[in-house]
Amino acid sequence: MGAMIEVRNVSKAFGGVQANQDVSMDVTEGGITGLIGPNGSGKTTLFNSIVGYHPIDGGSIRFEGQEISKFRVPQIARLGMLRTFQQTRIYGNMNCVKNMLISVPHRSMGFLEIFGDHSTQELEKAEHLLEFVGLYGKRKLMAGDLSFGQQKLLEFAMALMNDPKVLLLDEPTAGINPTLINGLIDRLKRANEEFGITLFVIEHNMRVIMNLAEHIYCLAHGEMLAEGTPETIRNDQRVIDAYLGAH
Amino acid sequence: MLDNINLLTLAPSLNVQLLLDGLFIGAIFVLAAYGLALVWGVMNVKNLAQGEFVIMGGYLAWHLGTYNVHPILSLPIVAILMFGFGWVLYVAIIKYVVTRDLFTSLLATFGIALVVQQALNLAYGPEVRTAESGFGTRSFFGGLVTVAEIKFISFALAVLLAAGVIVFMKKSRMGQAIRATSQDPRAAKVMGINTEKVYAFTYALNGAICGAAGVLVSMIWVIQPFYGVPHSIRSFVIVTAAGLGNLPGVILAGLGLGMAEQYSGFVLGAQFQQATVVGLLVVVLVWRQIQMAQHRQVVK
Amino acid sequence: MTGNWKSPALYAAILAFGVAAPFLFPGYTTQIAILWMMILFALTWDIAGGQMGYNSLGNIFFFGAGMYLSAVIQVGMFTDVGTYTSARGGEQLVLGYGDYFVSVFAGMAVAAVGCVLFAIVIGWVMFGLRGPYFAIGTLGIALSARELASTWEWIGGGSGIAMPVYPGLPDEKSQVSYIILFVLAILTFLSVRWLYTTRFGLAINAIRDDEEKAEAMGVHTTRYKIIAWSVSAFFLGMSGAVFGNMTGFVEPMEVAFPTVTFGIFMVVMSLLGGKGTLWGPVIGATVFHIIKEVTWTYMLGWQWVALGVLIIVNVVFFQQGIMGWAQDKWPEFFGIEVEEASAAGDEEAA
Repeated sequence: MGAMIEVRNVSKAFGGVQANQDVSMDVTEGGITGLIGPNGSGKTTLFNSIVGYHPIDGGSIRFEGQEISKFRVPQIARLGMLRTFQQTRIYGNMNCVKNMLISVPHRSMGFLEIFGDHSTQELEKAEHLLEFVGLYGKRKLMAGDLSFGQQKLLEFAMALMNDPKVLLLDEPTAGINPTLINGLIDRLKRANEEFGITLFVIEHNMRVIMNLAEHIYCLAHGEMLAEGTPETIRNDQRVIDAYLGAH
Repeated sequence: MLDNINLLTLAPSLNVQLLLDGLFIGAIFVLAAYGLALVWGVMNVKNLAQGEFVIMGGYLAWHLGTYNVHPILSLPIVAILMFGFGWVLYVAIIKYVVTRDLFTSLLATFGIALVVQQALNLAYGPEVRTAESGFGTRSFFGGLVTVAEIKFISFALAVLLAAGVIVFMKKSRMGQAIRATSQDPRAAKVMGINTEKVYAFTYALNGAICGAAGVLVSMIWVIQPFYGVPHSIRSFVIVTAAGLGNLPGVILAGLGLGMAEQYSGFVLGAQFQQATVVGLLVVVLVWRQIQMAQHRQVVK
Repeated sequence: MTGNWKSPALYAAILAFGVAAPFLFPGYTTQIAILWMMILFALTWDIAGGQMGYNSLGNIFFFGAGMYLSAVIQVGMFTDVGTYTSARGGEQLVLGYGDYFVSVFAGMAVAAVGCVLFAIVIGWVMFGLRGPYFAIGTLGIALSARELASTWEWIGGGSGIAMPVYPGLPDEKSQVSYIILFVLAILTFLSVRWLYTTRFGLAINAIRDDEEKAEAMGVHTTRYKIIAWSVSAFFLGMSGAVFGNMTGFVEPMEVAFPTVTFGIFMVVMSLLGGKGTLWGPVIGATVFHIIKEVTWTYMLGWQWVALGVLIIVNVVFFQQGIMGWAQDKWPEFFGIEVEEASAAGDEEAA
């Protein structure tokens, strides 16, 4: 159980604002790692640096031992590191099944397969995963007609369809009806256990991350403040101060 | 081709000639490009009719010339007429494309460009024209460098116009409203700015700037109904190279383009002048891609 | 149009019209041949423009490039190209039937392959650009090609290059051109219809709807974009080769790279018919071509103004096009399922 993603001494500034300062962290293979921090602490910046949305000023980011800090988004995605968006992004003008089929793993696709049809296996897998997130009954509906929470679930299912090695989730519970949150947490855990997908979750909601993650990092003002098990983080005075100070 | 390069080293004053001509024509390119940067930055409309506005301004000046109005005097008249034209276009067409996707504004203005150039062709015919200003020429370096006086006047007018627009944008209430809207249209609206009017004014102002640039083109160069396309491409090259909201960049790129065209026209032959503009477009686009790739981004 | 009887009936009707047209309207063979070419134009433009959201203003480049490639091959098979063009048409290339058709098909083959190569090389550069930059960049490519062709003396420069003379009568020549263009249009239609049902079709739609998301899912976006353009280039190149032979004379401004006529027609026809649909370009091309042929000569120079107005009105006020409008109006006819939300799925999510 080594580190799947290794972030070492990463710094990133926007103009004069130091969004990340000398940040180091590991995402453990096969586990669920959490990243928390008050608003403006640099969580999303770190996330975007990892998935390839902007260059970093210094430091290194490795995925399975390979330096990826200069790669662009699609290259990184094809290595097996997938992300979901905070503002959920699905194909609203297509039905759910088509949304799923777009997400078939592309890294292994040969040139001629491009001109092939989708196999029955893929269709079955798509329907199975839709069932997993509870959208099977709506599979023929336009994805744009789903509720926001359902769209989040669809995006999650799309990510699973891609057979990622690691899935990076940007505030998966933001904007979701509180009654649905437990169901989502449950599914995230099952995805981790049943499909063996490593998870890296950014969360603002303390309750969610404490229930979900095995190891938690806490950012504040762009610097790594604390790390440890949920229990350690919960009792860390600096973390409590950071959260209280932010409000 | 090599002979011509040789000539440039043998007679250094030729360089002065080319640089001066490039500077004079480049100043006009800057005007049109600034207008494009304005509508692009403020209302996100990529105006493909930019060059046609320029040529239309030139024809208005030429037309006024047939009533014995001197082109320099016609400049304010043309600017006002083109301002009105821009406003009408905004109300009739552009209003509906501001909030739509990128290609809508591009194609709609392309349609406008087609209508303008064809209408000019119907009205004035395909002959190449110049608005006569009746000034003499000056010689330097014992006659090796000759510059028409009108080019100096045109350059001074271009600088004056640019300065006027910049001061307007900085100082006037409307200028401030335009800048506010370009930064955040929704916030501007909340603050009580009539964004609809700002957009109309911006588009009309662009028309006036282009029209004035066209008058200058017609005085020191030539106009023809179909010469608008290269002017549009020039504006795009300049704005793309400089980046939006980079005024010094626009000035530098515009003057640079003017000189580059003069040099390529001299070294490669006049028939390559157009090719240079288009070639530079491709070069600038590729260069921007390389630049953006370093930021892990694409050109959009 | 997925109705059980509608599609076969429609295809049969189109096929019957295509075969019978030269006999029914012998005086209009060329015009109808051009109609097939227009359909090809609109269909190929719509692959990248409508289905993938990459609106090219320079697809005419492939048409002209294909035309020049075939001209050089067809002339080069029998004589030295440089000498031939420097004679400025003083030397006519008169061939027998066998040689002529071999040269035409060799020209078409080279045009097709050559244009695909162009699409790969240029696409590799251009597809890093998005939105307006792509549109203007491709326009730049078409314009540069035109400038280059008019200054390149080996291929005749501005005065162009005469194609080999057709060995038979003019009527026969227009019938032959008709057949080739008709077959090409059918092939284009069948190819894109098939392509849109494959993974490729879904992927390019995904690129159109949200390219950033597609990238984040690891879709090989650049590869798909280049393939899409290559398919367009393949058919456009061949149509250029045929059109060059049809007119008998290749010249950069009006024939090979007519940016403001054919180049714009492609876009207008797709938009008019409804971009991003299979039948839209076909309908748009047909409507546009018929209106154009009927009214063009009576408009005394105003036709270009009318074309501009048509673009504006189409883009600003009727962007869904004829097909989009019809699908909105009669969704059942087009087999669009308007499913009611089933209550069953709701609770599962909870």
